[in-house]
Amino acid sequence: MTPQSSFMVLAPIAPPREVELRRLLASMNDAPGRLNANNALLPFGEFDTLHMARFVILDDKTVDDVHIYGLSKPTYPLYLAFVGDLDGDADKFLEELARREPRGLRAIFSCCEGFTPDTHLAGWMKAHRRPAITSYVNWPGRTVRQVREEAALRDALEGYVQRNASALTGLSPREIHATLQRFANTEKSTGRLKLSAESSTPLGWWARNLVHLIGVPLLLLLASPLLIVIPVVFLIRLRRLEKTDPELCPRVAPSYSEELAILEDHDVTNQFTAMGSFKPGIVRRWTAIFALWIVDYGARHVFTHGRLARVRTIHFARWVMLDNKRRLVFLSNYDGSLESYMDDFINKVGFGLNLAFSNGVGYPRTNWLVLDGCKDERKFKEFLRRHQLPTQVWYKAYPGLTAVDLERNARIRRGLESSSMSDQELRDWVALL
Amino acid sequence: MRSSEVDYNDIQGLVRFGHKQMPDASYALLRVRSVAAAQAWLRSAPVSSAVLMNPPPSTALQVAFTAAGLRTLGVATSVLAAFSPEFIAGMTEENRSRRLGDVGSNAPSQWEWGSPASEPHLVVMFFAASGRLDGFVQSSTGGIWNEAFEVVRWLDTVSLDEHEPFGFNDGISQPQIDWQQQRVAAGVQVDYSNIVALGEFLLGYRNEYAKYTDRPLVDADTTTAALLAAEDAPEKKDLGRNGTYLVMRDLRQDVRSFWQFVYRQTGADPAEAEKLAAAFVGRTRAGDPLVPIQKQAIPGIGSRPDQIRQNQFTFDQDPAGTSCPFGAHVRRANPRNADYPGRPTGLALLFATFGLGRNAFRDDLESSVRFHRILRRGREYGPALSPTDALAPAPPNDPGRGLRFICLNANISRQFEFLQNAWIMNTKFSGLTGEADPLLGNRAAIPGCTTTRDFTIQEDTELRRKVSGLPQFVTVRGGAYFFLPSLRALRYFARTGNA
Repeated sequence: MTPQSSFMVLAPIAPPREVELRRLLASMNDAPGRLNANNALLPFGEFDTLHMARFVILDDKTVDDVHIYGLSKPTYPLYLAFVGDLDGDADKFLEELARREPRGLRAIFSCCEGFTPDTHLAGWMKAHRRPAITSYVNWPGRTVRQVREEAALRDALEGYVQRNASALTGLSPREIHATLQRFANTEKSTGRLKLSAESSTPLGWWARNLVHLIGVPLLLLLASPLLIVIPVVFLIRLRRLEKTDPELCPRVAPSYSEELAILEDHDVTNQFTAMGSFKPGIVRRWTAIFALWIVDYGARHVFTHGRLARVRTIHFARWVMLDNKRRLVFLSNYDGSLESYMDDFINKVGFGLNLAFSNGVGYPRTNWLVLDGCKDERKFKEFLRRHQLPTQVWYKAYPGLTAVDLERNARIRRGLESSSMSDQELRDWVALL
Repeated sequence: MRSSEVDYNDIQGLVRFGHKQMPDASYALLRVRSVAAAQAWLRSAPVSSAVLMNPPPSTALQVAFTAAGLRTLGVATSVLAAFSPEFIAGMTEENRSRRLGDVGSNAPSQWEWGSPASEPHLVVMFFAASGRLDGFVQSSTGGIWNEAFEVVRWLDTVSLDEHEPFGFNDGISQPQIDWQQQRVAAGVQVDYSNIVALGEFLLGYRNEYAKYTDRPLVDADTTTAALLAAEDAPEKKDLGRNGTYLVMRDLRQDVRSFWQFVYRQTGADPAEAEKLAAAFVGRTRAGDPLVPIQKQAIPGIGSRPDQIRQNQFTFDQDPAGTSCPFGAHVRRANPRNADYPGRPTGLALLFATFGLGRNAFRDDLESSVRFHRILRRGREYGPALSPTDALAPAPPNDPGRGLRFICLNANISRQFEFLQNAWIMNTKFSGLTGEADPLLGNRAAIPGCTTTRDFTIQEDTELRRKVSGLPQFVTVRGGAYFFLPSLRALRYFARTGNA
């Protein structure tokens, strides 16, 4: 398989250049929320290993929230983040990007601190990468090429079935399967369809993944004597904090909601960027790190087949810590509208939501870190919307397709290529068409 | 927090009754001409409460306001701002239109009423027993009515004997409101239930999350003395309590196009046509579900034989959609699921919590329905047209037919809008693609999708059947979000000296 990787190039914006940067980013869109994939600055569509990408100005409006702890407003730089999810190695991708599209990227990054006309573009981007503490990929190994080939396959089968509906009526699933196999083979031999074989897994990635799979539990085991003593102290403190940490979930200004909403629901998938500060103190910070670490482990080794626990609508997601682990930015790509995304989370994986976000300033009160919290639905929705940021530029390589679509298409392909399905499996396969 | 008893005297009757025994109804969409006169009319209006009367009354009157209406009546900006954002922004806000499918011929710019240029301030709804409506309207709209209001539009209705214009028995499935507040809503629900927390349909009570939906709480003073205290903040007065949001959508149904399409698809075989139409709806025209009823009782559906026959079912027994298509209207509008698929208990519940142990393609795709129920109070308009009569070409001046859709809910975004967006209009509902609701779909193109005009009928051991090229059968002709206040809140709005 070809593993996916992601990058976040992060750099402070030079204050006098912010206006120009916003203008440049807006110029990449046909309209707010609607990217021109062939725009002159960075024609994303020409990079066929890129799944999703975005430029977002991390203009965190909630920096002052720490005032509820009596702290004064900290100053952070205003960052530009350039984020992408892709097949293969991220550094190599950034090099290719710099080689093929230096003009637009230079124009954009010239709005950042320290970027000069003689800056080495690829080197600068790589040096400004920020690692994610947690990342999620809907289906590790599924490449853009595979997505597109399988979508084309489904469309071709669909067309064939429509054209030959009467001939196919009454056929058994096995006969339908054989007929469609023949059709697909003809299409493949004439070059109208292409179904590339899976590439071999890079040895290094495979080894690293295995070490991570075993290493993390091993480390926890080795540290267990410590983990028995620390948690008791830790938990007592955490419970106290849970009962006293103030909430901050006021109604979001309608104008801000609108600024966000205008960017949404132009495709079946939406982008989401949110940012906030951690609650002060070492207990909250380390709880957050530990929680996000657990989520990362789950995402990497357990939830690798289209389901993040029960949620089937997320393509890619990641959490990145900034500013000495004092702030967190969360970025995701999800199917459906924000309301259903939030409902899905609250009702299906509320515990995970609480685990991942409850160490943020103002989060609705949790109980034992996983209970309550987001179950105060209205508060949680205001909290989330309040922390959300407008994403200036957003690209998705396969408009019109949801994560569930991708899974269906992959199942259709897998079944088509199989010659040893049971009757029940054949019935299930035919039902996918 | 103790939940207090429900005061039916304070609730508008529409919430509890729907006024089925009054077949005649007409709705006046109004703009306020004179605030003082409007308030005077509202003070004297015989607005019906939810108290059960014996004998039942022969007329009923209900009143609801848009945000613009409340603003005009002088409700303070700070009070108005505490209503729900959807209500304040209104149904026609551009980003909302995209979510609701109000684009193309459904776009507010095409509407007969409700677009910003013709937004009503309030709706006055008149209900009456047969033959009594005209007299009732006349007696209620005398005096200062003309000084008070400018009529945007009168919406007439007809009673088609509990059938909607396409000819299907309608309004069969309604949630049962938990008036007694017996439900412990916050816990996990593994079985489908038709009993829904009171707070889903009335503000000021606990909802399915066992929380209070946001609504305006105001300071106690002489002007608010008559309002009830907020259960969750007793020092405040609850302007929302016993009120709710009323969503109105004026839907034109092209009955001829519907039956002509169905007959064309089925080679004009009446029996097959009935079957296809029933597959679109998910019920027969008589209202029977396409899936067999189950033995296990479902709380809140009632115990009469017809109620059991029509509502004692879920789709658990039809996981492949072969009895009732996944895309059928009733399956989209109410998937009849619970918090987890497959009723897990014990260890299985723990597994299910993490989404483990299930990997069938269509598993667990729909959100738990108890958070997305609505109370439907719509009525039809236009003369009845039987399927066979509908096959004839439309005569000149063919009268319009359709539904004055009305639903009540405490949280517009989580209830009506979610249902409309994630279930009805969603071309990706339940693992499908290329099809929205067969009745209500706007058939708008989606970039990257070859079609949105399909309807799929899943088959048991054969290839599914696909109906293609569905026209748009239903067009939105108007709509607005209203607040249906309690009678106390109504008196508060109607008192002089607001402004």
